[in-house]
Amino acid sequence: MNTITAALGTDRARRPRAALTVLLAAAAAVGAPFYFAPFQVFQLTMVLLYAVALAGLNLLVGFGGQISLGHGAFFAAGAYTAAVMLDRYDTGHLATLPAAAAGCFLLGLGFGVPALRLRGLYLALVTLSFAVFLPPLLKRLEPVTGGSMGLTVDKLQPPAWSGLAEDQWTYFVVLAVTVVALLLARNLLRSRVGRALLAVRDNESAAEVMGVRLSLHKTLAFAWSAMFAGVAGCLYTWVIGFVSPDSFSFVLSITLLAGLVVGGLASLYGPLLGAAFVMYVPSVSQDVSEAAPGVVFGLLIITVMFVAPTGLAGLPGRVLGAVSRRLPRTTAALDRTPEADSVPETDSVPEADSVPEAEPKSPAGSRPATTLTPADPAVVDAEPVGAPPRTEKE
Amino acid sequence: MSAVTDLLQQVVEGLGSGAVYASLALALVLIHRFTGIVNFAQGELAMLSTYVAWQLVASGMPFWLALPVTLAVSFAGGMLVERIVIRPVQGAPELTVVIVTVGLFIFVNALAGLIWSFTVKDFPQPFPDGGLDLAGVRVDWSTLGIIGVVAVVMGVLYLLFQHTSIGLVMRAVACNPASARLSGIWVGRVLMLGWGLAATVGAVSGVLVAPVLFLEPNMMGGVLIYAFAAATLGGFDSPVGAVVGGLFVGVAETLTGAYVGVIGADLKVGVPLVIILAVLLVRPQGLFGRAAVERA
Repeated sequence: MNTITAALGTDRARRPRAALTVLLAAAAAVGAPFYFAPFQVFQLTMVLLYAVALAGLNLLVGFGGQISLGHGAFFAAGAYTAAVMLDRYDTGHLATLPAAAAGCFLLGLGFGVPALRLRGLYLALVTLSFAVFLPPLLKRLEPVTGGSMGLTVDKLQPPAWSGLAEDQWTYFVVLAVTVVALLLARNLLRSRVGRALLAVRDNESAAEVMGVRLSLHKTLAFAWSAMFAGVAGCLYTWVIGFVSPDSFSFVLSITLLAGLVVGGLASLYGPLLGAAFVMYVPSVSQDVSEAAPGVVFGLLIITVMFVAPTGLAGLPGRVLGAVSRRLPRTTAALDRTPEADSVPETDSVPEADSVPEAEPKSPAGSRPATTLTPADPAVVDAEPVGAPPRTEKE
Repeated sequence: MSAVTDLLQQVVEGLGSGAVYASLALALVLIHRFTGIVNFAQGELAMLSTYVAWQLVASGMPFWLALPVTLAVSFAGGMLVERIVIRPVQGAPELTVVIVTVGLFIFVNALAGLIWSFTVKDFPQPFPDGGLDLAGVRVDWSTLGIIGVVAVVMGVLYLLFQHTSIGLVMRAVACNPASARLSGIWVGRVLMLGWGLAATVGAVSGVLVAPVLFLEPNMMGGVLIYAFAAATLGGFDSPVGAVVGGLFVGVAETLTGAYVGVIGADLKVGVPLVIILAVLLVRPQGLFGRAAVERA
């Protein structure tokens, strides 16, 4: 009970701060294309579109606890849907977006059905072999896809009234789609589907007993996630104006997963950080050697899984949590006043009954869980994969 | 008549590549039996071993001396990987373990590129040219050699597991780690041993396939997919299944490539995808696997 009121209190307290953060982020996002050079704007655009794909992958891996090694294939499917529509049917850019989204959603549904009846491992196998199979298939379907030569299509062109350069206009269009997609992902998680997904991830049997249909929700999560990847692929075609089978080898799938893990699984802004990684790490370390991005990514993934399963996004929260857990203990060791004595009790055994005298003094600061929240808004939704279930905090 | 000979010829070639898949699938199954992990980096570890062999041969060592040295290095390497990379996440959720092996995959792949560059290397063919002629079907010495080597590996593993005390200990750990630990077995060391063995078996597949595919860091990517299909088909907990599955996948791949015009040589890589999907739909535990009965 006390925890709930404390949590609500901090929620109210952090609202202006959150609004300010959003406002600043929005200002920075809108101002960026006028400040940076066209190539840098292009890179930012790529970061945004990768973020869409990673947000989708995050739904599946971070929140659903399933693993896909083939999201590059859905990315490719979205990109090719857009490219073929633009190339053969001249539909205009806007029409390709819903088509790519719907197509990838159905594709995900189709692949999810056989794989998700079983453990997540088999999903990884099926998606990996799909990702390996797709490039040769695209080469074979030459009359439609242009074979190994790929397809060159029109990029987005700024309308005359906007007065923007091509890179700026593209950036804003991609920014708009990304914002919508990220909001959609967030709201999806707060819906019935999202809650069911979290329940399945944390304890399948318990979720099933509570009436969650496992196979349905796992398959749906996969389909949603494929849809996001497809939308990202469609944006890719809009931005690059060229698709070829070799752009979508299974390395792309693995890179996407790597980016997500480094950025932060099950975090709302982890995908953005991960996308920046996917974009910038190769372009920076490519100068050193062709193999350097892989070495960096491989080492980072393993290190992140060992020491910080919440990734970069969860790092500030984890560090603050560790510090706040340390601090009371050291002060208590220095001067053993009766006040200081009651504090270590709260963090060693989080039992509401044993520390009634500590509660009224500072309801927000006495618990590790609540000290985390103001510093890191995402922690509310971000539970690390291997973390203990949330119930332990109450 | 010639159609039959042609078919047999394709089957023989399929068995040759199938033996390679069987070997890598065997490595996957070994690790799965011991640790319940599917090691996505198995192919890359094999690739790294193959580079070691190439380096030894290139520096003047005769092939048949380089091979045992390579296998020993792989054994030590596999043990090291278990101790450093896998042990810290032992018992973590499956997702964590899979991601770690994928990280290992990326790292090892790039490491090989860093050391030996991404250019294709010519790997020496250990078996003599030419072959047998059995009623019009030509069986290359290399095909026979590959099948023979894999058979020897199978036999050695069988003897090791069924007729030695260390094999008994390993089976005990695979069967029930907790009870094994209580009866005084150092489970950690046995797991290291299991990973070492798997890396050795994988190295055999890498060395065997390198003369055919040519050596480069991405060489084992495709082979890994076939090995996954083989292990899924045979059942992830059955070594015999892995070998049978590997041979089947090899033959199926060659036959579809040769006889189904739509598929052809370039779409053969779709065969493992179809096999995995079909097995999962019809008999998820695989041909020789036991259905996992889970108590929730």
